[in-house]
Amino acid sequence: MNFIVCIKQVPGTTEVKIDPKTNTLIREGVESIVNPFDSYAIEEALRLKERMGGKVTVISMGPPQAESALREALSMGCDEAILLTDRAFAGSDTLATSYILARGIKKIGEFGLVICGKQAIDGDTAQVGPGIAEKLGVPAITYVKKIEEINETRIRVERMMEEGYEVIEMGFPALITVVKEINEPRLPSLKGMVRAKKAEIHMWNASDIVCENSRIGQSGSPTIVNKIFTPPPRKGGETILGDPEEQAQKLVEKLRQAKVV
Amino acid sequence: MEYFLSEEQKMICELAKRIAEEKIKPVREHYDETEEFPWPIVEELAKVDLCGVYIPEEYGGTGGGVFELCLAVEELCKIDGGIALVLAATALAAFPIMLFGNDEQKKKYLPDIAAGKKLAAFALTEPGAGSDASAIQTTAKKEGDSYILNGTKCFITNGGEAQIYIVVTMTDKVKGSRGASIFIVEKDTRGFSFGKKEKKMGIRGSATRELIFNECKIPKENLLGREGQGFIIALKTFDVSRPGVAAQALGIAAGALEDAIKYSREREQFGQSISSFQAIQHLLADMATEVEAARALIYATARMIDKGPKTRVTKESAMCKLLASDVAMKVTTDAVQVYGGYGYMREYPMEKRMRDAKITQIYEGTNQVMRNEIALALIKEAARAKK
Repeated sequence: MNFIVCIKQVPGTTEVKIDPKTNTLIREGVESIVNPFDSYAIEEALRLKERMGGKVTVISMGPPQAESALREALSMGCDEAILLTDRAFAGSDTLATSYILARGIKKIGEFGLVICGKQAIDGDTAQVGPGIAEKLGVPAITYVKKIEEINETRIRVERMMEEGYEVIEMGFPALITVVKEINEPRLPSLKGMVRAKKAEIHMWNASDIVCENSRIGQSGSPTIVNKIFTPPPRKGGETILGDPEEQAQKLVEKLRQAKVV
Repeated sequence: MEYFLSEEQKMICELAKRIAEEKIKPVREHYDETEEFPWPIVEELAKVDLCGVYIPEEYGGTGGGVFELCLAVEELCKIDGGIALVLAATALAAFPIMLFGNDEQKKKYLPDIAAGKKLAAFALTEPGAGSDASAIQTTAKKEGDSYILNGTKCFITNGGEAQIYIVVTMTDKVKGSRGASIFIVEKDTRGFSFGKKEKKMGIRGSATRELIFNECKIPKENLLGREGQGFIIALKTFDVSRPGVAAQALGIAAGALEDAIKYSREREQFGQSISSFQAIQHLLADMATEVEAARALIYATARMIDKGPKTRVTKESAMCKLLASDVAMKVTTDAVQVYGGYGYMREYPMEKRMRDAKITQIYEGTNQVMRNEIALALIKEAARAKK
């Protein structure tokens, strides 16, 4: 089966810096990594390939430097890598990104399963995975924590819920997004790294994947980002000490002061 | 310092560092406390191809040499000086096969070693034969197409866990050191068993065990090189393996230095970080200088071995081990000092490094023997120059 993994290169830190004018990420001077959730997607695709045979193609949309993220995926064992890169893609929101990635996947050709990480650690939207499925017209299951069964035509998975999990089945072609509980990603191997260094990364631009100009970049992005910030770390709560009776008394007093009761 | 490593050498460092940080660091205390053998780490090293960094590509390795081995061992030992011996001690036993093995022997044993499927061990030391290697008592007697081994080896690294053993025996006692021969012995051979497992001061994540040969029958194909060549093989093996021990010592020292610098900036006394005190600064400056000197000597020697003419490198190899192990002992002791009381506690990784460092001054030739070898080489060189 042909597996396609969508990955994103993200800053290797939670302290993201934002350009105040454009409200986009400043990537200069920040170490970049493969979005950690996408590493689980890569690992799962490699395991499925080892079990069922086939090919793993990894695809990303981003600036030319995102090439290094694709090389890391190759060094883990992916067979082929495609970078969708074009100045016209800049400023794409999740809708436009889903469209562009779907166009890229269409160009790759026949596939059985697309695997994405549940979300990127920089944007945290979790929208691109399902968005791609929508554009491709294939079913999707999000937050997959285990593949229970898979054959050439169908897949049955456990989908993580707040409490417990759902078991869902669907036919191919399809898309899943995975959570970190699904596996432990492998490290790249030395032979893989040597191979990845020499490997060719296919660079496709907007015309290569036949995009409508109105659906990509800023013009294809209805989302307007007003403000981006790192939320302040949660402050520790107040601890009320004393024996239970005393604690209850102090608590009621505080609640009265706050006019809650 | 910039050592102008190749892309592939940088990759080896990066991978070894990741294994050390992500896989070994969380469990190093466990293996130190329990003295269990770190098989899960062997698997991790195998998966990322680090077991074959010094083995030629035609035998499944990645085609590096002594230098690549040293780089990997150094990085691993920055985090744990014992666990890395699964790699370094195996290399000590793989080198004689690479140097003196015939085609069949290389094809039979090296690919499994490179793939990390099998570990190897080098067995020379006996209860009565340490620095005086010529005093070994283990015998091998030829009988038809076989040799019969009898005797006991002790303090064998990877003993009991390795599948391949390089065993130094006497085939002709009358000839003394010219009567030694080396055999490849596989685990589970009849008449080959394991004795006492040692409880050690340091490198406790490494197995050290007694090997017992009792009428152990080995096919003659397992003779390495020729009969009587045993000591030459052993000595030439040490020429290429000692930089590996030196790299182990270097890694232990470098890891201690890194942690000591970090700790000195965090630890506050008298209202300021202790790194602001000259007493600590000078200590760190000396440690860093010594670590870098050891590294420079090891890298230069390893490169010479890998690229240079096939002349003996006994002197340089011995210098590497002598310097790096003495540096490791001193630097780890000073690092404990920087940590103060915390350094003495087992909760922190510092006292372990001091325990791990000690062995590097002792095994693969004590540092006293290293000095003998260096001096002997100097005198020989001078005598040759005079002619």
